[in-house]
Amino acid sequence: MSDYQLGDTLYEDTLGGGCHWSMRVRKGTLLTLTNVKGGANLGLLMYNPENLLEKYNAPDTLKCQHTFRLTQGHCLYSDMGRVFASIVEDDCAWHDTVCGNLNKKQLQEKWTLKTYQDALNGWTQNGYDAFLVELAKYGLTRKDMAANLNLFSKVTTDSQGNLRYEPNSKPGDSVVLRFEMDTLVLMHTCPHPLNPAAEYPVRPVHYALAKAKEVQPDDECMNSRPENIRGFKNNAIYQFSGQ
Amino acid sequence: MIKESTLNPDNASFRKIVPAGDYFLHRIEKGQTLRILDLEGNQAADTLFYNADDVSERYSAMDTIRNQGNVYLSAGTTLMSNEDNPMLDIVADTCGRHDTLGGACATESNTVRYALEKKCMHACRDSWMLAINEHEEFGLTKSDITHNINFFMNVPVTPEGGLTFEDGISDAGKYVELTARMNILVLISNCPQLNNPCNAYNPTPVEVLIWG
Repeated sequence: MSDYQLGDTLYEDTLGGGCHWSMRVRKGTLLTLTNVKGGANLGLLMYNPENLLEKYNAPDTLKCQHTFRLTQGHCLYSDMGRVFASIVEDDCAWHDTVCGNLNKKQLQEKWTLKTYQDALNGWTQNGYDAFLVELAKYGLTRKDMAANLNLFSKVTTDSQGNLRYEPNSKPGDSVVLRFEMDTLVLMHTCPHPLNPAAEYPVRPVHYALAKAKEVQPDDECMNSRPENIRGFKNNAIYQFSGQ
Repeated sequence: MIKESTLNPDNASFRKIVPAGDYFLHRIEKGQTLRILDLEGNQAADTLFYNADDVSERYSAMDTIRNQGNVYLSAGTTLMSNEDNPMLDIVADTCGRHDTLGGACATESNTVRYALEKKCMHACRDSWMLAINEHEEFGLTKSDITHNINFFMNVPVTPEGGLTFEDGISDAGKYVELTARMNILVLISNCPQLNNPCNAYNPTPVEVLIWG
């Protein structure tokens, strides 16, 4: 159990590989994501349920923390200068947020496309369509799709800027997100676009929800950079909590 | 990659100087070539592109860098859309490297990056917000304001996963040139940022030229 968890796990489930789902997560919730068999990818997008125009912003998240990789100690920012969630624990040390998703056409060029008609639950869902489905549930469209997180996937660059996908996750690896404001979370378990596997990888992700302990004054994420202290302050102003 | 243009500014069909802190919103037709010229050097031109016939198709940083397998933009780069269609080709570039990871400045992200007290300072996103509301005819809304290109900006990624903001590698007279592969709406914010070296703390004008 995470050091940041308060009490028992309240809900848990497993998303099979190539699936998608969405949920509203309240401020003060801990979301533990576990790469059950290794090799999974979790596409993740976040929106403010009070104002769906406020969404996860990868460029702000990277530039506010002067980082290209995301891991424990980092905060995930909205485009409004607020922190949706903090990465409070992480077994992987590197998560991608710049490579996006495969669409159906790209998937077909990379792997054998299995249609629903032919393969039923064994079809090869793609990340782009997975997000389109979840977005539409809230009246959102492709215009609202931002650069997403690809948790459990590591993509590095060399000195010339060339991208390289590096296998990174072991069975049982977890990443723990603590939500700092109410958040609409969209997720899919479709493969990372740069995954070089010979066949479409089907890898499940387990997720568990619990209450989080209160943020302490010496909290690692809040204090990891002066930028994050200001990000938390913006949350406090928004929530009028005087934190 | 440094590649000079063969086009003559005297033959351009359109020329406009865009002061820092202003926006530029303009339609260019398939086949036309657009040049953004850094007049005084070290200026950031925060740029978005849309399919002029359906603005819900737009420039996608993710598709572009994934398609070319590289995070920097330069001559030879094809800018891809969110539908993975080619939008424009960078056909000339005397700067050599442009950023598409750092995004634009906004008043809200400025509070995080610099100080809460700086929230009312002018920012690229405010220029874009004004542009979409002054030009309702294009049907653009805040949902369309997204992950952009920072022409002339130098944001190196390190092999260890760091992201650094360094002095621009641009200089007075350097330019980038793009040929449209579909009808395009271009939306530029000439960056007003006073708090970081992206424009040497001294925002200056850029010029936009169009041929064809």
